Amino acid sequence: MTRSDSAPVVDIRGIYKEFEVDGSRTLALDGIDLAISPGEFVSLIGPSGCGKSTLLRLIGDLTGPTRGSIEVNGKPARQARSDRDYGMVFQAPVLFDWRTIEANVQLPLEIVGVGTDERRRRASEMIDLVELSEFGRHHPWQLSGGMQQRAAIARALVIQPKLLLMDEPFGALDEMTRERMNSELLRIWERTGTTVVFVTHSIPEAVFLSSRVVVMSARPGRLTHVIGIDLPRPRDESTRELDRYYELVTEVREALKAGRGPVTEESEMAAEFGARVSPEHTP
Amino acid sequence: MTSAGRADSGSPRRRQAGSLLRGLVGPALAFVGILAVIAIVWETAKLIGGVPWREVAGVPIDPPWNPPLRIGLFNDVNLPHVWEIVGAFFQPPSRRSEFTLGALLIDAAIFTWRGAAIGFVIGAVVGLLLAIVFVHSRLLERALVPYVIASQTVPIIALAPMVVLWIGRDWPSVALISAYLTFFPVTIAGIRGLASPDPRALELMRSYAAGRWTILRKVRLPAALPYLFTALKISATASVVGAIVAEAPTGIPGGLGRAIITFNQQYASGPQKLWATVIACAAVGILFFLLVRAAELLTLRGRQQPAT
Ligand SMILES: Nc1ncnc2c1ncn2[C@@H]1O[C@H](COP(=O)(O)OP(=O)(O)O)[C@@H](O)[C@H]1O
Ligand SMILES: [Mg+2]
Repeated sequence: MTRSDSAPVVDIRGIYKEFEVDGSRTLALDGIDLAISPGEFVSLIGPSGCGKSTLLRLIGDLTGPTRGSIEVNGKPARQARSDRDYGMVFQAPVLFDWRTIEANVQLPLEIVGVGTDERRRRASEMIDLVELSEFGRHHPWQLSGGMQQRAAIARALVIQPKLLLMDEPFGALDEMTRERMNSELLRIWERTGTTVVFVTHSIPEAVFLSSRVVVMSARPGRLTHVIGIDLPRPRDESTRELDRYYELVTEVREALKAGRGPVTEESEMAAEFGARVSPEHTP
Repeated sequence: MTSAGRADSGSPRRRQAGSLLRGLVGPALAFVGILAVIAIVWETAKLIGGVPWREVAGVPIDPPWNPPLRIGLFNDVNLPHVWEIVGAFFQPPSRRSEFTLGALLIDAAIFTWRGAAIGFVIGAVVGLLLAIVFVHSRLLERALVPYVIASQTVPIIALAPMVVLWIGRDWPSVALISAYLTFFPVTIAGIRGLASPDPRALELMRSYAAGRWTILRKVRLPAALPYLFTALKISATASVVGAIVAEAPTGIPGGLGRAIITFNQQYASGPQKLWATVIACAAVGILFFLLVRAAELLTLRGRQQPAT
């Protein structure tokens, strides 16, 4: 997808993030620069522990950077959080057992202070969108994992956020369900026009969904490659059979290998090289 | 639960009503069954090892039954016949009394329960407030929880007379001592329950820029309810024990505590009266427990049944 001229939804500049555990410090993110334009679908992919979740939580102001700045919708991340500018979906649905699906989806609106009727209307709209209409009055534990995750997506979208942050939302689902959820997510994304930042460790998922795939390396976490995904839209099951799809999957895999691998001089150099190259790929 | 679960099984509401009934009827039947077993064991013990039976429920038997063994514990003072205990409810406790023992015990039970229930409510509120404070302040938790625990090591028998001295020989003293026994389980369970939500649930609330008060109302308290009800069930019975223990040594008139003292003094001549009083005490505790249990089933309906 080509970058639009409008101001970025997410603008990450020179982010460093250090964690201190028992007096010893680890550098989780090392100099991240990334700008995400309105309507983009950006996936963060990288080995476990490379700081994907941390980066996402920084965007959502659920944790603060050690150094650097993050703007969301043109304002500091903290302000964006207070303005409820984004919705968040975690790997686990994190639905509340004591609420029905309807009531779970209404929760953010309750907190914002939306009136009862408006709340019902908007929640049922979102529940329709994720195709759970028949299950509004059920409790989360009466639904399958995939259905629960769809409810979590409805809850994230109900405040009509400009930005949707998703941390391995389908990571706990089986392969079949995951592929179906991917298609559904794309349908929802196209319908709502929301910008999505999507953390995953599945290469096919990242390629199928994204406009750009951002590849990260571990210890410390860096952006090594940014790969534009030029597959035609709308995408559906047949997309997975295109030659270009396979090429892109291979390209992402190679990029991951370059960033990871056993720590040899060569791979370290590759990681260094990738890190130095990355600013060229990002605006 | 056999078919608990999937979205396609029956109307959730109907199932909830069913589980409420099942939740109370099952234990009640088990309870009656156990009572019957106790009565049978009781009478069997007397049949084998008690004193000679000359009559059964007031009707003479001929010839009298001579139990094959004689065990000192199993006599009509230590173990009066079950029917004598039951019969005691329907007779006046003394020749001067115009009411049956049962009627008097119901009056006494209501008096004691009122003190216990008021104490229970006060204790539950105080206990929960303390838990809320502790969950939000590490410092206060560290500083005060040791005192909360120490408070429960003070024997209530020693405290009761002092409280009565301050507040007077009536139900407010009873309520205060009941509250003292009630709040502790609620505080301890409350701390756990309020801290029980998944960290991601709290993170989710942060992403909505929800304040502490909102998080408390929407997440922490609902998550704490199962924990709180477990504590409240303990507290319900403890509050009744507290009320009786408050009444007995201080001689507060009108309640079961006083009845225990009175019939204890008359034990040699009429042991069944004390046994009947003990049963009345247990009944108050059990009924209060069941009340809380019913409230629990109503409040927590629709939540996932713990796997059984
Ligand atoms: N709250 C935390 N405290 C200390 N270290 C953390 C914390 N969160 C993450 N880390 C560390 O930061 C690194 C990146 O973690 P994370 O962002 O969860 O990785 P990913 O999501 O890519 O698997 C890991 O080394 C992890 O141990
Ligand atoms: Mg992660």
